[in-house]
Amino acid sequence: MHHISLPYRIFTVCNNIFLAFLSFLCIAPLLHILAVSFSDPSAASANLVKLWPVGFTLDAYNETIGNENFSRALWNGIVRTVAGTAFSMFFMTLAAYALSKDNADFRGRNAYMWVFVFTMLLNAGLIPTYVLVQKLGLINSVWALILPNAISIFNMILLMNFFRSSVPKTLEEAAYIDGASHFRTVFSIYIPISLPAIATVSLFTMVWHWNSWFDGLIYLTDTRKYPLSTFLQTIIVQQDTTQMNIDPEDLKMLSERTVRASQVFIGTAPILLVYPFLQRYFVKGIVLGAVKE
Amino acid sequence: MKTVTESHDIAPVPSDRNRPKTKWNIKRDWPLHLMVFPALVLILIFQYAPLPGLVMAFQEFKPWLGFTNSPWVGLEQFRKMIEFPQARQVILNTFIISSFKIVFNLIVPFVFALLLNEVRVMLFKRVVQTFVYLPHFLSWVILGGVLIDILSTEGGLVNQVITSIFPVEPIFFLGDGDWFRFTVVVSDIWKDFGFSAIVFLAAISGIDPSLYEASVIDGANRFQQMLYITIPGMIPIAIVVGTLSLGNILNAGFDQIFNLYNPLVYHKGDIIDTYVYRIGLISGDYSFGTAVGMFKSVISFILIVIAYRLAYKYANYRIF
Repeated sequence: MHHISLPYRIFTVCNNIFLAFLSFLCIAPLLHILAVSFSDPSAASANLVKLWPVGFTLDAYNETIGNENFSRALWNGIVRTVAGTAFSMFFMTLAAYALSKDNADFRGRNAYMWVFVFTMLLNAGLIPTYVLVQKLGLINSVWALILPNAISIFNMILLMNFFRSSVPKTLEEAAYIDGASHFRTVFSIYIPISLPAIATVSLFTMVWHWNSWFDGLIYLTDTRKYPLSTFLQTIIVQQDTTQMNIDPEDLKMLSERTVRASQVFIGTAPILLVYPFLQRYFVKGIVLGAVKE
Repeated sequence: MKTVTESHDIAPVPSDRNRPKTKWNIKRDWPLHLMVFPALVLILIFQYAPLPGLVMAFQEFKPWLGFTNSPWVGLEQFRKMIEFPQARQVILNTFIISSFKIVFNLIVPFVFALLLNEVRVMLFKRVVQTFVYLPHFLSWVILGGVLIDILSTEGGLVNQVITSIFPVEPIFFLGDGDWFRFTVVVSDIWKDFGFSAIVFLAAISGIDPSLYEASVIDGANRFQQMLYITIPGMIPIAIVVGTLSLGNILNAGFDQIFNLYNPLVYHKGDIIDTYVYRIGLISGDYSFGTAVGMFKSVISFILIVIAYRLAYKYANYRIF
């Protein structure tokens, strides 16, 4: 190591302090909500809670989980996320495999690519899409949350680029010589080799589904079908409860500050759970997607 | 599929994406066509099929009359959009908010990546990254809930801190138009600066280490290395990111604004997307909503095409 000057050392110290402060700012709001959710309701409404619970109690969580409106929405959210992710990943992986071929090996590949990529440039907008979903009779069906965005062109291209760059052509060639069909090649070679990339895209898709709320708000008319994000949006953000058929007693309980905080935190928990895996892969995935060839 | 001819060639041939179009070979390629088919159908239905619905923008659309029987009004809806002060204000708001976001979402991640690169303790670096990437993955519903709580004027955490340091009244972050814009821009940067920095960190790690070694021999100190090697190494990708973000000039962030705004701040905080939602789906004026949405789609389309062309021409960037 070469000599490090004094000004640079001073800079390093200041820089580290600044970055530590910045990191703190990024999680402080969440810590606060977490602290409120574990606090005594009277302490919370008196604004005594900062970043540590005051009068620790699990009451808010008991009430939240025990509330059937909340637990139903939680279940709807899980169903939507699991079904939606499985559906998307299956069809995106198949398409990404085919599109990872060169145009000479798959005549028409480039034409398909243009059809897909064009949708990244132009979209019809909210109202024509809504009218279409309505005409298809998908209103109030979970399919309205799964089908319209099942194929993410961005994610599909990410997978395609990964297939192009990471699956050894010799392996595929060997499989072909052994008589493997394209479907066999996908399931026995491409998917096992590309597991990290597929895991990354799956996690992104899961996060997308879990976080989606607007489609639920416009496509579902029965509030009992709301997934958790849509439920939280109505109860906590809009605080518009006129549409919800919820018992007034339940409603009063759900709008208690500590209970609100616990709902927000439970809504965040699945993301926090997958975050370590997500973080391990996403840097790689994004870098791969951004700088291929 | 063993019967397929020898032209089924998966051997490593050089990419031929510039070759002129060739005829389809259904007999050989049908399994591949079959694999693309479901994705293609979904895209055709949900991305292309709504496009004809844009005719609503030229009609006085009534759902019970349908596209064919609703009366045609020509450019009436667009005239309304231009003459209606509320709609003009909404377009202006969108432009102002997204411009601030575009500029700061370029500068802040750039500077952050530069500063993070100077951290030599790997563990610390990783901890910082873990924390700053996190907000990106949380939805605006969650963050809306969090922000409404901590920005409240009645004992919200932020106002508690501000009033205890400065002798001021609590700030109406979400209830005053100008403060609302400020809050929207700052919270958006807060959410995404870490994640947006990844692409810059990747650019830094792509810089040839021998440049640094050579600079040390020439007597450069760390600041000079930063100034003459690291920053120039990041500029090309910064240009690409900046150019591509032009396509977002009318995207001021629907999810965020919808979860933070309220009627008090409509005059400064209402944007095209939220306006289209309220006018179109809540008030039921499908045609006017479609027209405003179409205005946005068309302008965005032109800007995205220009941005991609520029990025391709000057930085050789392409998406596939």
